[in-house]
Amino acid sequence: MLKWIVLAPLIGAIVNGFFGKRLPEKVIGLIACSSVAVSTGLAFFAFFTRLLPLPADQRVITEHFFTWIQVGKFQADFAYLLDPLSGIYLLFITGVGLLIHIYATGYMHGDPGFYRFFTYLNLFMFMMLTLVLADNLLVLFVGWEGVGLCSYLLIGYYIRRQEAGDAAKKAFITNRIGDFGYMIAMFTVFVTFGTISFVTKAGVPSFLVQAAEQPVEVWGAAGVMTAIALLLFVGATGKSAQIPLFVWLPDAMAGPTPVSALIHAATMVTAGVYLIARCSAVVVKSPTAMLVIALIGAATAIFAATVGLAQNDIKKVLAYSTVSQLGYMFLACGVGAFTAGVFHVVTHAFFKALLFLGSGSVIHGMHEEQDIRRMGGLKKYMPITFATMMAGWLAISGFPLLSGFFSKDEILWKTWSTTALPHGWGRALWVVAALTALLTAIYMTRMMVLTFFGESRFGHAHDAHDHGHNDGHESHGKPHESPAVMWVPLAVLAVLSIVGGFVGVPAALGGSNHFEHFLEPVIAHVAPHEAAAAAHDAHGVAGVAGVAGGEEHHDVATERLLTGVSVLLGFLGIGIGFAVFRRRPLRQMPKLLEEKYYVDEAYEASVIQPLETTSRDFLWKGVDVRVIDGAVNGVARSFAGAANLLRYTQTGSSRNYAAVILIGAIILIGYFGYMATR
Amino acid sequence: MEIIHLLFLGLAALAVVAAFNVILQRNPIYSAIGLIVVLCCLAALFLTLHAQFIAAIQIIVYAGAIMVLFVFVIMLLNVREEESRGDRQKYLKWIAGPLFIALLAEIAAVLRLVDTPAPAIANPNQIADPSTSLGTVESIAHGMFTDYVLPFEATSVLILMAIVGAMYLARRGSQAEMDRIEKALGGQGEAEPSTADDHVAV
Amino acid sequence: MVPLSWYLALSAVLFTIGVVGVVIQRNVIVLFMCVELMLNAVNLTLVAFSRFLGDLNGQLFVFIVMAVAAAEAAVGLAIIISLFRNRETLNVDEADLLKL
Repeated sequence: MLKWIVLAPLIGAIVNGFFGKRLPEKVIGLIACSSVAVSTGLAFFAFFTRLLPLPADQRVITEHFFTWIQVGKFQADFAYLLDPLSGIYLLFITGVGLLIHIYATGYMHGDPGFYRFFTYLNLFMFMMLTLVLADNLLVLFVGWEGVGLCSYLLIGYYIRRQEAGDAAKKAFITNRIGDFGYMIAMFTVFVTFGTISFVTKAGVPSFLVQAAEQPVEVWGAAGVMTAIALLLFVGATGKSAQIPLFVWLPDAMAGPTPVSALIHAATMVTAGVYLIARCSAVVVKSPTAMLVIALIGAATAIFAATVGLAQNDIKKVLAYSTVSQLGYMFLACGVGAFTAGVFHVVTHAFFKALLFLGSGSVIHGMHEEQDIRRMGGLKKYMPITFATMMAGWLAISGFPLLSGFFSKDEILWKTWSTTALPHGWGRALWVVAALTALLTAIYMTRMMVLTFFGESRFGHAHDAHDHGHNDGHESHGKPHESPAVMWVPLAVLAVLSIVGGFVGVPAALGGSNHFEHFLEPVIAHVAPHEAAAAAHDAHGVAGVAGVAGGEEHHDVATERLLTGVSVLLGFLGIGIGFAVFRRRPLRQMPKLLEEKYYVDEAYEASVIQPLETTSRDFLWKGVDVRVIDGAVNGVARSFAGAANLLRYTQTGSSRNYAAVILIGAIILIGYFGYMATR
Repeated sequence: MEIIHLLFLGLAALAVVAAFNVILQRNPIYSAIGLIVVLCCLAALFLTLHAQFIAAIQIIVYAGAIMVLFVFVIMLLNVREEESRGDRQKYLKWIAGPLFIALLAEIAAVLRLVDTPAPAIANPNQIADPSTSLGTVESIAHGMFTDYVLPFEATSVLILMAIVGAMYLARRGSQAEMDRIEKALGGQGEAEPSTADDHVAV
Repeated sequence: MVPLSWYLALSAVLFTIGVVGVVIQRNVIVLFMCVELMLNAVNLTLVAFSRFLGDLNGQLFVFIVMAVAAAEAAVGLAIIISLFRNRETLNVDEADLLKL
């Protein structure tokens, strides 16, 4: 059954891909959405009726599809693994994916490439589900690359626009740099452990189980575990847009908004977190790697937040916000709170997808205007969009009791109280994360204020340029609310953003933190708390079950105090945002931030230009033309030259030929005569 | 030194001189005459080797038919003294001498090393059994029509082909061709000038 | 008895003269005559060996050689005639269409 979850979108993609050109829009949309609906239904069914009833430490369902590679010791099957981690991912990927598919049927209405869009979107779902349900590193990599491919196809969906194509290439190439790290990590895993599988197969324990038995590496030393963890993180950096490979994500906003919502907010960019969480057994064995991950996560978070403060395109604000929130997730992983990171993945999927879809609704209603400086006062024209986006805004700012509050708080608390990092680092990182939370609230408020509150700044300003592709809205009249097919998904996501956090209420606040306990068997415990009880059973457990609670003796009072601090920061941020930007919406933000610290320009000068110059002048003109072509042509020319010389022997005169024969005969006779005498 | 040796040396010297004459003369008629002399000397030498039949047909066929053919053709084509046009392969003149000496030296060396046998038959002029004595018409006929009958017949076919081929190749061409040749050959007893630059036949 | 080697020496000389003649001469008819000279030198060798080995095959061979030489002379001269008709020259160097 698991394979149908994965294959249904593929079938949808194939049908739409081959026949879509001739089908009407409604049919295409129906095929696409129903294939994802099938996946969603099966996913929920499998999760709730198959996985959940199992006892906590045996929650593993595997399904073998076909054997792909089997060479000597190396085996990579297309087999699927359903356990708590992949189950959670499965639920929100299919659920949010379905909502976005429905939304997109409305958003992309009238676009000539409608069928192409849904083909790629379904293909993406197939790839993402392969990634999440894979039971070994190689098949995961297939999905990994596949989502990268679909990201490329979808970012560059507007094939007539130069910037779309450039952004697509940038995304793909930057991803590939990360993929290099992933591949080396995969090879290292195989060489070290003899298997790349997450489940124990044919008597060979999975590499996660093997890793759990390795000793923790010394801080600062470069061992195998550190290497693997860091290389995997390099791959995650590329896919999940962390420093230094984040530059593709803001540019990726050139794609249609549903793409930004699905791929670059909810699903693909969380694949990096999935990878790190899945391989947590390896990561926790390397304190060095964990510190690196935490540092980069925190740095990315605050860096992106500062840049998001100064952006004027509504989608770019959200893009940098995504980068920042992803930084939070990696920070959580770096301090050992993998479950908190995954929790934030889920809540972030809800509210970020909501925010993106809402922004798409705004853009749609404003006739393709994306600059927030030209919006304003939209709350009376687009009330439903406004209400739903408000839910998302408050969630991301950490408003109490909303989903974002619980997940972000969890991360903040775990950062403060971590024992995985050397003493003091946790506190310092908490400060950075808290500052980021403040900045998040500020910039999100700025965006909401400039878009929905205050006076309308649109009107004659955007009459001058019409870059809309939709046909039915040529009139530059008032902005209008979106059709039901678009605001219903918004409403659903708003509800989820509000209530979605209640599965993970921590004990300090009175909850029982179902989320964390659910995920625990699959995630490795961090070193000092490690109970080191690895449970193997006949089914093969995909991770270490180290449940022995070291968790419970944390400081409840401090946690409540810090929670209060973060609530305060949230309100403070919202307040600052209103105060500053309500009065002067068009206040100019610092140029450095607006130009995103000139990172792109720096890359261009330091990496891209040298590469281009080397390729063009050295490799092409020097090596290819002069050396290789020269050698080949030189050989040909030498032959021609030699033949030219030989030409002189063909004089056409028979006297010459006779003379030559005579000379030859003399030589031969002489030779044989000489031989005869010896 | 018996008389036979002297005879041999005389004939040989004559043959060699005539051969040099063949290759060094300008006028082809003189070369032809030189060749005829060589042929006759060789016929005489055949006689000293008890090859009577061969000697006879050497004179009849070679000197009497082939050389006559040569002379006819020379006269037909009205070949004059060789015009000394630029020799394109001038260098050949210079290497011919050394090549000559080289070849001769090699053959001399080979001959020095080889033991030449004594004659197998003391005197082939036994009349006791004419069919077995060497060189008589009878013995040649005997051999020709028993062992060598196939080459003999093949040779007759060959001669037939040669006749047909020669007739075809040398046939009279079209009128235009004839006129052209007339013009080329003109000046022989006619009033047309026959200077070389008039009909530069290249 | 004249030794065999004398005959062979004479034949060699005649043959060499013929070969050098082919190299030197420019008139195609004289070239042909030098070829005939070479053939005759070989004939002499054959007959000499036939005498000294007591084998008749040598002379039979000479017979055949002469017949073939006759045929070849006829055809060759016919070719020369037609060549002359086309080019009006008897210079063998002029027939160099095979020159590259």
